[in-house]
Amino acid sequence: MAKKIKFKIDGKVIKAEEGRNLVTVAEENGIFIPSLCYYEHIDPPLGSCRVCTCNIDGHAGPACMEKVRDGMEVEVAKPELEDVRKSLVEMMFAEGNHFCPSCEKSGDCDLQHMGYEMGITNTRFPHLFKDRLIDFNPKRMVIEHNRCVKCRRCVEEVLTKDGKQVFSFCSRGNETVVGIDYDMEAQLTEDEAVEAMNLCPTGAILVRGKSIARPFGDRKFDYESVQKPKAEAKPKKNGKPAKLEKKTIATISLAGCFGCHMSLLDIDLGLLDIIELVDFNKSPLTDIKEFTKTCDIGLIEGGCCNTENIEVLREFRKKCKVLVAIGECSIWGGLPAMRNMVPLEECLEEAYLDSMTTETGESIVPYHEDLPKILDKVYPCNEIVKIDHFIPGCPPTATHMWKQVQNILWGDQFSILYSEFKYD
Amino acid sequence: MKSKKSDNHLDRTALLDQLWMYQNQYGCIRDQDVEECSQKLGISKIELEGVISFYHFFHRERTGHHTIYLNNSIVSETKGFQRVKEAFERETGQRFGEQDPSGEFALFETPCIGLSDQEPAALINFYPFTNLNSLKVRRIITDLRKGVHPKAICDEVPDHVNYTPPKDKTIFFREYHPGVAVSKLVDITPEQLIEEVKRSKLGGRGGAFFPTGMKWEFCRKEKENPKYIVCNADEGEPGTFKDRVLMSEMPGLMLEGMITAAYAVGAQEGIVYLRAEYTWLLEKINNVIEHFRRMNLLGKNICGIENFDFDIRVQLGAGAYVCGEETALLNSLEGKRGEPRTKLYFPTQRGYLNKPTIVNNVETFCAAARIIELGTDFYLQTGTPDSPGTKLLSISGDCFKPGIYEIEWGTSVAKVLELCEAEDPFFIQVSGPSGECISMSEKNRKISKDDLKCGGSFMVFHSDRDIIHILTNFAEFFKHESCGICTPCRAGNYIIKRKLVKLSTGLAYKRDIAEIAEWGKIMKMTSRCGLGKLATNSLLLAIDKFPKYFKKKLDKKGEGLNKNFDEEKAVMAYEKFRS
Ligand SMILES: Cc1cc2nc3c(=O)[nH]c(=O)nc-3n(C[C@H](O)[C@H](O)[C@H](O)COP(=O)(O)O)c2cc1C
Ligand code: SF4
Ligand code: SF4
Ligand code: SF4
Ligand code: FES
Repeated sequence: MAKKIKFKIDGKVIKAEEGRNLVTVAEENGIFIPSLCYYEHIDPPLGSCRVCTCNIDGHAGPACMEKVRDGMEVEVAKPELEDVRKSLVEMMFAEGNHFCPSCEKSGDCDLQHMGYEMGITNTRFPHLFKDRLIDFNPKRMVIEHNRCVKCRRCVEEVLTKDGKQVFSFCSRGNETVVGIDYDMEAQLTEDEAVEAMNLCPTGAILVRGKSIARPFGDRKFDYESVQKPKAEAKPKKNGKPAKLEKKTIATISLAGCFGCHMSLLDIDLGLLDIIELVDFNKSPLTDIKEFTKTCDIGLIEGGCCNTENIEVLREFRKKCKVLVAIGECSIWGGLPAMRNMVPLEECLEEAYLDSMTTETGESIVPYHEDLPKILDKVYPCNEIVKIDHFIPGCPPTATHMWKQVQNILWGDQFSILYSEFKYD
Repeated sequence: MKSKKSDNHLDRTALLDQLWMYQNQYGCIRDQDVEECSQKLGISKIELEGVISFYHFFHRERTGHHTIYLNNSIVSETKGFQRVKEAFERETGQRFGEQDPSGEFALFETPCIGLSDQEPAALINFYPFTNLNSLKVRRIITDLRKGVHPKAICDEVPDHVNYTPPKDKTIFFREYHPGVAVSKLVDITPEQLIEEVKRSKLGGRGGAFFPTGMKWEFCRKEKENPKYIVCNADEGEPGTFKDRVLMSEMPGLMLEGMITAAYAVGAQEGIVYLRAEYTWLLEKINNVIEHFRRMNLLGKNICGIENFDFDIRVQLGAGAYVCGEETALLNSLEGKRGEPRTKLYFPTQRGYLNKPTIVNNVETFCAAARIIELGTDFYLQTGTPDSPGTKLLSISGDCFKPGIYEIEWGTSVAKVLELCEAEDPFFIQVSGPSGECISMSEKNRKISKDDLKCGGSFMVFHSDRDIIHILTNFAEFFKHESCGICTPCRAGNYIIKRKLVKLSTGLAYKRDIAEIAEWGKIMKMTSRCGLGKLATNSLLLAIDKFPKYFKKKLDKKGEGLNKNFDEEKAVMAYEKFRS
C-alpha cells in the first residue's frame, strides 16, 4: 500500500497516495488540468502535446509526467499558465486542418473539448493550411491526417497479437505524420480497430462502416463541462437596467452560407425584444444596401474569398465601432477554406474545365472586369482588418450570438453556457 | 562487437549499420530491404519506415551513383552557397531534391557539415569538398563523370588551429603521447579520480556546462550493470567544428577520456556516436582504436589494472541534428527514431538500453584526459576561478582567419575578434543558432560560465549582412531539424518561420514583433527538449539588441485596416484566367 502524502495545488492541500499521476489526482479533487495525449493506461506517459503545462515546484513542465510527492507545490490556475495551455491547443488547430462541422468525431473529440473548456474562440496563430493526404488504403481504416495531433497514443497502444506496431511516426519536424502498416492493420479484429478509433483523441482514425457520428445532444461533450461551473455560470440578470440606450447594428455575409444569419433569426420571438433595443442598418436582414450612419456594432459572417469581400469588410471596419466575427468561416475561413490546401488554379480547372459535365474545349473560367477577383485562398477576416470579438460555431447558436452582442453593447450581463459554445 | 546474432535475427542496436549497408550498396533502402530487415528485427514495416524516414541521409528512393550534399548553413550562404548550388545544377544537369532517372548524380541540401572554416563545402559520397566555387565544381563534376573516385579528388581538410595560449597554459593543442593519461590511472582509485575531476570544475562542453565530476559520480553510485560510456560526437550545432578538429588531430585523447570515465564509473563498453557528416574521419578513429587495443589501452586488464576491461566502438549517425541531444542520441544508438526521451530519468540512471550511461562531449572527454595527464593543479592555473582551463572556439563567418582558437576562459569578445581578424563585426552569434547573438556594445563581455557561455560556435557577421536573413536561416534549420514529437516545437518553428518571412517583406506591424516574442516564450516554456526551448532564443535577443534595425523593418501605422494585405499578390493566381 502506497504511502499517503500531502501536497498543494494552487495553495489547496491535497491528500493522495504517493506516486500517482498528478493529472488524475487533480481530477479526483475537482481540479481540471487540461490534457490531450495523457491516457491513464499508458505508462510511462507520452508527454507529447504539452497541453498540461503547469508550474511544478516553480518550474514549468507537463503535469502528466509528474507523480505526486510529499510537499510538492503545483500551480495550475495562474493566468499566464492558462494562456500558455490555451496557446498550445490553438497551435494544434492552426497546424492541422480541423473542419469540425464536417468531422465524424465532432462532439466526441478531445481536442475540440479542450477548446470548449478553455473558451478558445479563435487561434492567435495563422492557420497553416498544409496540404495533407487522407489515407484510404488500409482495409478497414481511414487515416485522416488533417486531424491528427501527433499525440502518439496509437503508436504506443495499437499493437497486433504478436506485439507489432500498427502505427508509427514517420518523417520528422512539421512533416511528421502517423503512418499505418497496411498488413498489420489487416490483422486487427473489427473490435480492435474500433478500439483504435476510440483511443484516438481526434477524428484521425476512422473505421469504415463504423460511424461514430451521433446526433447533436447525444455526444460526449455536448452538455457538461468537466470543470466545476463557475459561480456566475447561470445567466445573471442584475435586474433589468432601467432603460438601455438604443444601438445600431449592421450585418453582412461574405464568403459564408448565410447559415449564421439564419441562426440569428433562430431566437424566434426573442427577436421582438431585440428590435426594441437595436436598429438594423446595412444588413441582408433589412435589405439596406448602403450604410446610412456609423454603427455601434457590425456582425461579419464568412471570410474573404474575393476582392469584393475585402472591399466590403474594409467598409465595415470604417463604419462600425466594434466588429464581431460570427461563425467559423469568418473566424478562420471555415468550410470554404477547404480549398486553401489546393492551388487556386487547380480548383478552378476542376470546377470549370475538367468537371464531369463540361465538354472539353467548350468551357472557360469566368473572368470579367465586373466580376470580383477570386483570391488565392480564403482569408480569415482578422487578416484583413482588426476584429474585436469572435463568436465560434457553425453556425453559432442564436442565444450565444445575442447574449454576446448584448454583452458587448451594454456591458457584461450574460454568461455563455458551455452547451452554447460550439465549433459545429 | 554488436552485430547479427544469426542470419535471420538482427539486433536492434545494429540497425543503423544495417540501414547504412543498404543505403551504400543500393543507393537507397529498397522495398525488399525494408521487408527483410523488419522481419529480422521482428517489427512491423511501418516501425522501420519510421526509423528510416527520421534520418535525412537514408532514402527510400534511389539517390545517385554520386550523392552530393551541399551545406546550406548561414556561413555557407554568406560565402557563395547560391552560386555553388547553381554550378552543381548546371554541371550535373540535375536539380536539388529531385531524382535523376539516369542515377548518376543526386543533389541535396544539408545543414552545417562542420566545415564552416572552409565554406562553401559539400560532401560527395561523404568525402569532403571545401572552398567550392563554380570553377572547382566544374572540375569535380568533370572528373567524376570520367570515373574518378571521389576519394581521389576530395580535399585534405586542414585543421586551422590558429591560436593556442602560451605553452604552460595550453591544455588541448599541446603535444600528445598516447597512453600517458591512461597510465596515470594505475595510481589512483576511481573515487580519487572523480574527486580530481570535480576539483577541476570541468563542465560539459556540449553546451549545457553540467559538472562532469558530478555526472560521473552519479553514474558510479548506480547499482545496475553493465554501464556504458557514450561520446557525443554529433557536433550538429551550425558553426561548430572543434570536435572535428580534436578527432582529426588527436582522436586518441578523446578515447583516453572515455577510458578514464570507464575507470571512474566501472563501465565495460564505450560508444562514439559520430555524425555521418564526419564519415571521412571514421577510418582514422578506428585505426587508433585498433592501435589502442594493441597497446592494451583497450581490452582486458587495461594497463595491467586487474579487472579493468573496456572496449570502444564507433556508431555512425545518419543525419539528424536532434540526435546530439543526449537522450535522442541514446534512442538512435538503440536503433530507434532519434526522438528525445521524456525527462523521467537521467541517462546516468537509465541510459543506453536502460542501463546507467555517461554521455559527454568530445571536448569534455579530451579535457578530462588532460586533467588526469597534466594534473588538476596545472589545469586550475588557467582561465578564471569559476571556469578554469581553456575553451575551443570554432570561429567562422566574416573574419580573415576562420578556424580553431584555444582561448583561456575569461577572454573578452573584443580580444577574440582581434585574434581572428574580424572585418567590421556587427552581429555575432555565439554557441550557434540555439545560443545567443551579441552586438558590438557587448564586446567587453568575457567568455566564461558566468558571463558569456559558449559551446564552441562563434560566427561573425559584418554590418552588410541582413539580420532577418540570418535569423530566417536559423528558423528554417530548426523547422527542418525538430523531431516533431511535441507541439510547441513542431508547429511553433513552422509558424515562426512564416512570421519571419512576413517581417522580411516589410509587411509586419509592431504587433508582429510582439507576437514573435510572446510565441517564442511559449516555445521556450513548453518544449520537451533543448531544441524547441532554445530555437527562438536568438530571435528574441536580436529583437532586444538591435532595436534600430527592427524598427526599420516595420510598417509604422496600424489603424485596424491591414493595409499591407497584399491584394495584388492574392489575386495573381486568378489573373492567369484573364483571356
Ligand atoms: C538539440 C540539442 C542538440 C545537441 N547537440 C549536441 C552535440 O551535437 N554535441 C554535444 O556534445 N552535445 C549536444 N547537445 C548537448 C547534449 O544533450 C548533452 O548535454 C551533452 O552531450 C552532454 O555532454 P557534456 O556534459 O560533456 O557537455 C545537444 C543538446 C540539444 C538539446
Ligand atoms: S472534431 Fe476534433 S478532429 Fe474533428 S475537426 Fe474538430 S477538432 Fe478536428
Ligand atoms: S492518429 Fe490519433 S491517436 Fe494517433 S497520433 Fe494522431 S491523434 Fe494521436
Ligand atoms: S522540442 Fe522539438 S526536438 Fe525536442 S522533443 Fe520537442 S519536437 Fe522534438
Ligand atoms: S497531456 Fe501532458 S503532455 Fe500531453
